[in-house]
Amino acid sequence: MRLEPVANPTLTRQLGLPALALLCTVVIASLLAMIAGAQPFSVLGLIVKGAFGSKFAALETLNRATPLIFTGLAVAVAFRAQLWNIGAEAQLYMGAVVTVVLGTGALSWPAFALLPTIAIAAMLAGAVALLVPTFLKTRFGVDEVVTTLLLNFVVLLWVSMLLEGALKDPMGLGWPKSARLIAEARLPRIMDGLRLHWGFGLALISALVVWVIQRRTTLGYEMRAVGLNAEAARFAGIPVNAVLIKTALLSGGLAALAGFSEVAGLKGNLTLDISPGFGYTGIIVAMLALLNPLGVVVAALFVAGIFVGADSMSRAAGVPTYLADIMLAFALLLMVLAIMLTKFRVRRS
Amino acid sequence: MTNHKEAQVVLRLDNITKRFGSLTANDAISFDLAQGEVIALLGENGAGKTTLMNILFGHYTADEGRVEVFGQALPPGNPRAALAAGVGMVHQHFTLADNMTVLENIVLGTAPLWKLGFGKAAARRRILALVQDYGLQVDPDAQVGSLTVGERQRVEILKALYRDARILILDEPTAVLTPQETDDLFATMRKAVALGLSVIFISHKLHEVTAISNRVVVLRHGKLVAEARTADTDKHILAQMMVGEEVAPPSVRAANPGDVLIALDQVSTPDRGSAPGLKSVNLNLRAGQIIGLAGVSGNGQAALADLIGGLIAPASGSLRIHDAAPKSWTPRAALAAGIARIPEDRHKTGTIADFDLTENAVLELYTKPPFSTKGWMHWQAARDFTQTVIEGYDVRCPGPDTRIRLLSGGNMQKLILGRVLETTPEVVLANQPVRGLDIGALTYVHEQLLAARDRGAAVLLISEDLDEVTALSDVIHVISEGRLSPGFERGALSTTELGVWMAGHGFEEEGGSHAA
Repeated sequence: MRLEPVANPTLTRQLGLPALALLCTVVIASLLAMIAGAQPFSVLGLIVKGAFGSKFAALETLNRATPLIFTGLAVAVAFRAQLWNIGAEAQLYMGAVVTVVLGTGALSWPAFALLPTIAIAAMLAGAVALLVPTFLKTRFGVDEVVTTLLLNFVVLLWVSMLLEGALKDPMGLGWPKSARLIAEARLPRIMDGLRLHWGFGLALISALVVWVIQRRTTLGYEMRAVGLNAEAARFAGIPVNAVLIKTALLSGGLAALAGFSEVAGLKGNLTLDISPGFGYTGIIVAMLALLNPLGVVVAALFVAGIFVGADSMSRAAGVPTYLADIMLAFALLLMVLAIMLTKFRVRRS
Repeated sequence: MTNHKEAQVVLRLDNITKRFGSLTANDAISFDLAQGEVIALLGENGAGKTTLMNILFGHYTADEGRVEVFGQALPPGNPRAALAAGVGMVHQHFTLADNMTVLENIVLGTAPLWKLGFGKAAARRRILALVQDYGLQVDPDAQVGSLTVGERQRVEILKALYRDARILILDEPTAVLTPQETDDLFATMRKAVALGLSVIFISHKLHEVTAISNRVVVLRHGKLVAEARTADTDKHILAQMMVGEEVAPPSVRAANPGDVLIALDQVSTPDRGSAPGLKSVNLNLRAGQIIGLAGVSGNGQAALADLIGGLIAPASGSLRIHDAAPKSWTPRAALAAGIARIPEDRHKTGTIADFDLTENAVLELYTKPPFSTKGWMHWQAARDFTQTVIEGYDVRCPGPDTRIRLLSGGNMQKLILGRVLETTPEVVLANQPVRGLDIGALTYVHEQLLAARDRGAAVLLISEDLDEVTALSDVIHVISEGRLSPGFERGALSTTELGVWMAGHGFEEEGGSHAA
């Protein structure tokens, strides 16, 4: 078997193959459910029901999707410029820390002034967390995969230190958690009585903004040029390093918004388990979305749905929630394969 | 040998058709190759030569038609079957592992890797015998990474011969060779033919085709337009068959030089690896004049091109534009100074393969209106501009939304040419502007450079092809080990005298006088 490049892939090819990948994922998940001794269709039904079956479930899925949209966008923006940001997790925690520092009473402004201030400050903190590895890359050629990945652990330990020290809630009975945000620093709910906060709205707006930046602005054009061929971009006069720095600012800022939205919208305070790996899952989300910012929203809903649905399925059918991880892993692998097959055709020899 | 009509047919292409979307790359092509024959396959860029050879070798599957080798139909799309049937191909771009020796590269794929030690002595004997028989001088124990381009090509040919190839396909083998190496290659080809092999030779260079081939097959727009015995044709007829119209050599009118636009005074740049940087170079680029840079490859041409193109700044000495020193010297500063740059490598530095034509066309222009204002792109203006370039510079493509990687080299170069010349630049830096181009595209590029000169642009032409430099340049400088000779007016030096400068001789006297 050989691969032959496809000159101009048709739209059916570009959309059909990823759809087929998702279908295969479902089939594989069904087989695994059977091995676990459950009815495959009932398991899938339970996952869908658990994720979208009731208003409560659907809102839970949207809540879970919110940080994934932010980290997915962060990764998609960076990867598009071939800046390999594996550190969305660290940038998320930077945003969360800043939110707590400014939101627990240090500034007592009205909400309309306080919330944007905190959001911007959080973005700056996340941007700095990615700026350092990017600077090391552009200046000394240090591989950003290594530095951003390792910074995740550094930042997590630093947050742990803060939660045991400077940021520790004096009323927290000794638990490593921060004090609660003041009311003005909380993101309001989208509708009264709905357990969905404005972080989700902010995530949707961010996706739209990123899409506009990439398609309609010179910066987006520069980012794509640098990602596809940095040498040609440099020759044409595009300041490659400056573009990478700007990409890092945007990417780190977006990841930090995930931390801001989780603390200010959902949890109300900072603990060490505020992110169950949203930064890493963001990579899966971005890849599933083929790095398209609007696709990130869909992919984040898909991933969040699987997680939320698997929780409730596990309770009902007795199949371990690990099924969710396996499904995501297969979805990612098959999607990468599907992406390749949209560009290449397999020929039998 | 070809005079015998009975000569055995070793290869038959029958009605080969291949389409890529709406483009028919090969349209019902049929011809035979006889034993002991050299067929030259001629055609412009995008005529379908490489596609045809890729089908023959099994890299592509034909939509229609069949390939027969020694009377047996080849299963389509199977390079291994093609190899087993005795077809050997030497690609334009070599497929060798740099960190292995010549012997290991040749044996690679013919023996199980874990047994490599086993047949080594036997393999060496066979390789040395092939080296002897075919005159392919190369040391079997040398690291491929340390070989010259010509030697690497010999290794590729040895690879094919080692696999008992009876039919050799050489895809533009001379594009990367010096004249001396080309002569060696032809000697090898003659030996191969004498030993009963058959050769398909792809080339743009007509004098090579007439020198080596028995028959010529000409492709144009995917169709076989002519097939003739080489003895019955000449260069002029061949050129006409290739492009389908009369080609005249560029008629060079007398130059009318004006002001100095760019002046280099005692400029030096750092060495880069084995290639020298510039050494105290003085050069004036005048309006309305073509300055040609002659020299053997790797003698500082890249440094000079990067300097004028804004990619590097002088380490010492001065660069003056319109008699003023630029504040900073970057690609953008060079573009702002009206310097149009045609880069040496159109694939790696000239274009972005996965961008479409529009995105490539505005690569150097997008920061200014009408293509963008205040950071917002105006894609409609960019598309309109691209359409102008496509029409004005005869870029053959499905449209401005095509990814540029689907274009042939010549059409890619025409897009680059259009992109830089549409801005009516004051200075044109053309670095190897016609490398790998066919006659049609080559003539076109040369005419455009002359037209730019005639409307008052200063042109710096850097080329390793001495014929090209002498044909176009009003003034020739020779570069050797980073040193630049004084300028010689058109016709002031003979080819032999230029050769002496290129070998680095005239410079010593100058150096001596400096020392004195």
